[in-house]
Amino acid sequence: MALYDTRRRRNNIAMGLSVGATVFGLAWLVLILAVLLWKGFSGLSLAVFTQMTPPPGSDGGLLNPIMGSLLMTAIAVAIGTPLGILAGTYMAEYGRYDKLTIVVRFINDILLSAPSIVIGLFIYEIMVAKMGHFSGWAGAVALAVIVVPVVVRTTEDMLILVPDTLREAAASIGLPRSLMIRRVAYRAARAGMVTGVLLAVARISGETAPLLFTALNNQFWSLNLNAPVASLPVVIFQFALSPYEDWQRLAWTGALIITFAVLALSITARALTGRKSA
Amino acid sequence: MDDPRRNPVADVALQGGMVARGARVKRAKVLRKLQVSDITYRWMTRAAAIVVLVILSGIILSLIRGSWLALSNYGFTFLVDDTWNPVTEKFGAAAAIYGTVVTSIIAMLIAVPVGLLIAVFLTELCPMWLRRPIGIAIELLAGIPSIIYGIWGLFVFAPFLQQYVQPVLIDTFDSVPWLSTLFAGPPYGIGTLTAGLILAIMVLPFVTSISRDVFEAVPPVLKEAAYGLGATTWEVSRYVVLPYTRIGVIGGIMLGLGRALGETMAVTFVIGNAHRISGSILAPGTTISATIANEFTEAVGDLYTSSLIALGLILFFITFIVLAAARLMLMRLNARVGG
Repeated sequence: MALYDTRRRRNNIAMGLSVGATVFGLAWLVLILAVLLWKGFSGLSLAVFTQMTPPPGSDGGLLNPIMGSLLMTAIAVAIGTPLGILAGTYMAEYGRYDKLTIVVRFINDILLSAPSIVIGLFIYEIMVAKMGHFSGWAGAVALAVIVVPVVVRTTEDMLILVPDTLREAAASIGLPRSLMIRRVAYRAARAGMVTGVLLAVARISGETAPLLFTALNNQFWSLNLNAPVASLPVVIFQFALSPYEDWQRLAWTGALIITFAVLALSITARALTGRKSA
Repeated sequence: MDDPRRNPVADVALQGGMVARGARVKRAKVLRKLQVSDITYRWMTRAAAIVVLVILSGIILSLIRGSWLALSNYGFTFLVDDTWNPVTEKFGAAAAIYGTVVTSIIAMLIAVPVGLLIAVFLTELCPMWLRRPIGIAIELLAGIPSIIYGIWGLFVFAPFLQQYVQPVLIDTFDSVPWLSTLFAGPPYGIGTLTAGLILAIMVLPFVTSISRDVFEAVPPVLKEAAYGLGATTWEVSRYVVLPYTRIGVIGGIMLGLGRALGETMAVTFVIGNAHRISGSILAPGTTISATIANEFTEAVGDLYTSSLIALGLILFFITFIVLAAARLMLMRLNARVGG
């Protein structure tokens, strides 16, 4: 009987701990979001979206970093998505059992979690150092390098899920392979592939490290991609570490905007795949 | 299909006679166009797949080239020297490497048990309808950008630690021989411990979601057999589920470790950026990524820049090994499940 009690007690402790761990994990999410809302919401006003970043001590908004972030994200997606989809297509459709595919899959998985600051250094070496100045293009390319592995991964995974009977049916009515891929396989896997792109956007819109020494920062309104371009994460970094209170307040507001944009994107992405699998 | 004069069987069968020559020529043209587009598409996709390899080799080569000056100047001592003095241009990576390793160890010590316990909760205890929402909520932690962890850590978490947690730690371990050095010094708030704790929160979702996925892949028969023998939930998790999923769990842990080693922004905010190796984890320190993020744009002189890039190379090297090991383990697991 004593043994039975010990076992039961041990089980209760362990299960209590596992409930506790879950509460602990969820608590951080709630805490972080609550603090963001509390600190960032008060600063949220129309001026944030219509005015430039201010010099310390005066009022202003976050218009130029928001635009810079949108612009660089758009270019990064425009470069990274086609590349990622094509590579994923090769791995799932043409060379599913190739040696090349196995190697690329392995390397891609490593790039997926490679430190983003190293990607910043890489782009600095091949673009900024060559051109002699920081530029929005370098920032966009650095972000594109982060987009590619995410899109490759989801595209490959989603195309592999497309049943082979669909491919065989398309082939049997005489569709050439490339048309079969574009008209049949892509359509069947569309929801998943869109999810991949959304996840990639979510990932890069919060990235700071690769922009620090590629796009740098710009206090003024500038959409010239050959010059330094401001971005929301880098401005948050700069303002949060500054001693000025109004800059810090703007940093919190920017943090609130980014977080909710990113969370909205990830939830949308999940909803898309969730409906498909259900 | 190359020769339009030939009469395909299908034409004869379907139309009961010859198809006009013009129609056949047209068809041959269409087929040729399709063939060309087919081949082009195949090569485009192949080229894109090769671009992935080019990116990786580009990263390695450019980092080696950028760090050549520093590495040839200091040689092996770069790795073991802990001085970092931009004025005298004397650089060594030891302090940064030490900080990177220590913060990651603290993060894993917390994230691994907590992550595994959450995975047990999600697969064994949680009611079905709550599993998906809780799983998503935990995964959303991974979606929050690291700069948010940084700003939150600096303004909310560090002051909290400084006021309530660190003084208690210092007082408690004051008289314990070894631990008193580990928790020595004034409570700064920011420092190695704070960075490690924030990393733990960031890594938690990775450990949790991979452990949950591999736990779910355990054949129900095994668990049912154990329950049938009268085992408790804890015993099933500990002696059936965990041994069965060992490789996958370790792979997930390594994946999280890879993240923790390379994490930049969150750490940069709270580590304190002090280039020294301190016995106390309450003291400010630095990590490889934090050093690069803080100093790169302000680095003057080729040797300084090159030393920072050399730090990046070391970081990439370490994470590459950890991530490659993680992937190999997860691949082995997939092969076993699939085969």
